[in-house]
Amino acid sequence: MELDSLYQEVILDHYKHPQHKGLNPVYTAQVSHVNTSCGDEITLNLNVENNVITSITWDGQGCSISQASVSMLSDLVTDKTLEQANAIVKSFSELMASKGTAAGDPEVLEDAVVFAGVSKFPGRVKCALLGWMAFKDAAIQSQGESK
Amino acid sequence: MSFSVVEIRKDFPIFERTIRDGKRLVYLDSGATSQKPWVVINAESDFYSKHNAAVHRGAHQLAEEATDAYEGAREIVAKFIGGQESEIVFTKSATESINLVAYAIGNAEPGNRFALTASDSIVVTEMEHHANLIPWQQLAARTGAQLKWFNVTQDCRLDLSNIDQVITANTKVVAVTHQSNVLGTINPLDAIVKRAHEVGAVVVLDACQSVPHMSVDVVALGVDFLAFSGHKAVGPTGVGVLWGKAELLDELPPFLTGGSMIENVTMTTATWAPVPQKFEAGVPNMAQAVGLGAACKYLSDLGMDAVREHEIAITGYALDKMSAIEGIRIVGPLENVSRGAVVSFTLADIHPHDIGQYVDSQGVAVRTGHHCAWPLARAMNVPATTRASFYLYNDERDVDALVEALLGAQKYFGRF
Repeated sequence: MELDSLYQEVILDHYKHPQHKGLNPVYTAQVSHVNTSCGDEITLNLNVENNVITSITWDGQGCSISQASVSMLSDLVTDKTLEQANAIVKSFSELMASKGTAAGDPEVLEDAVVFAGVSKFPGRVKCALLGWMAFKDAAIQSQGESK
Repeated sequence: MSFSVVEIRKDFPIFERTIRDGKRLVYLDSGATSQKPWVVINAESDFYSKHNAAVHRGAHQLAEEATDAYEGAREIVAKFIGGQESEIVFTKSATESINLVAYAIGNAEPGNRFALTASDSIVVTEMEHHANLIPWQQLAARTGAQLKWFNVTQDCRLDLSNIDQVITANTKVVAVTHQSNVLGTINPLDAIVKRAHEVGAVVVLDACQSVPHMSVDVVALGVDFLAFSGHKAVGPTGVGVLWGKAELLDELPPFLTGGSMIENVTMTTATWAPVPQKFEAGVPNMAQAVGLGAACKYLSDLGMDAVREHEIAITGYALDKMSAIEGIRIVGPLENVSRGAVVSFTLADIHPHDIGQYVDSQGVAVRTGHHCAWPLARAMNVPATTRASFYLYNDERDVDALVEALLGAQKYFGRF
């Protein structure tokens, strides 16, 4: 069924068992983002040391797509440099804008390529991007803070 | 003529199409916008193809015909809600209607009965749609007036126990919804109107969820202003209505200014046309108003009491069937009394957006989220809900399809 391309097993698994959930009090930037159309909320704490992401934690409430997406993002960018992380965000944003025409680069996005199916559901793209946009903000703020 | 959903559905061309690979369309989102019957689509189309011209100007036959059609719609709408033609202002939406009142009040100068100061208060309720909350928040912020509100009880009714403390001698405006777009609660207006008028306040009624669904008579309700939108009442988008008592509209300063709303203009001054023209600056949404006239006529021909009776029956059926689903929490009155055909709910720990997506895959269209009533969601302690809203073209079959889809969603998301 078409719906299965949206709700991939690995997405629902992250939803049921979210990674990096629970805010670390040590951070270089904290941001909160809201999906105004549905009320989903994510607060994200990012800690950057020597240009490397040492900790990314989050808390929030929302649908399976938004929660699984931020969970997977957190796995992906931990221990990456800000430049590497930004490249991942760029790749993911492009995938989300693809309207179902792209498969995503597994070299860059790893498991997050399962969100390719989301790009066929325009109403859900914002859900998938919620955590990523929060991260993007936090990364910009951390650039100034990080030594 | 008895009320036949099967016959009514034939009037709405959208039900001829299927959804998500051949599934029957189960449209349960009329609370957001209703579907349109042929008579409305044709009325709008006819206006453009046969009579189009700018109303109230132009010395030619088309201008005459356009004006007749537009003013004819005003007459139909006035009759539909029991008001006078001169009391009907066409706007682009109910949101604009409410903003018109709020901004016009803000324009009132000292001496005008609407003039607001920092010692006045504006009263709303916790169950307002953002459209009947934020204009008043903003007016309060601009004037320094205090914003007060009635809370919602845990059984989803307005808490009027402190009515004399909320509406006081300082209250100038009481803005309240007739029926909650989330809970379905129909509010008891008598007590509110009585208290508001005791202290000299005006009552602004958000009737978006009532006018399309029940017989509404502005005189019997006793309110001072009433707003509703065309598109929720089988009418076109782009047209809303503001009704106000004639003497109040007379005294209310204008909101939007420009062409059509003037009496006399010099380079430095202007005087205003009589109501309703005073509030209709610019070339109005003519085709949409004409379409709304056709919509009100369509509903009148069916009979609003019959529509209401049908919706009471389907609400009772829906409440029964849905309550039986394990893990459901209905966010709204469980009793089928003083409530409309809107059923919001949560289903165990499945997020509303995921529920909406699953039931859509089964052809069932619902709304999810906070439904433009965020403070209410907080008061009910739910981040979001799923909402099924029923109308004259829905029947038991649609409720059954929803229930089956919800059971399917439980299975689907319970598989991990």
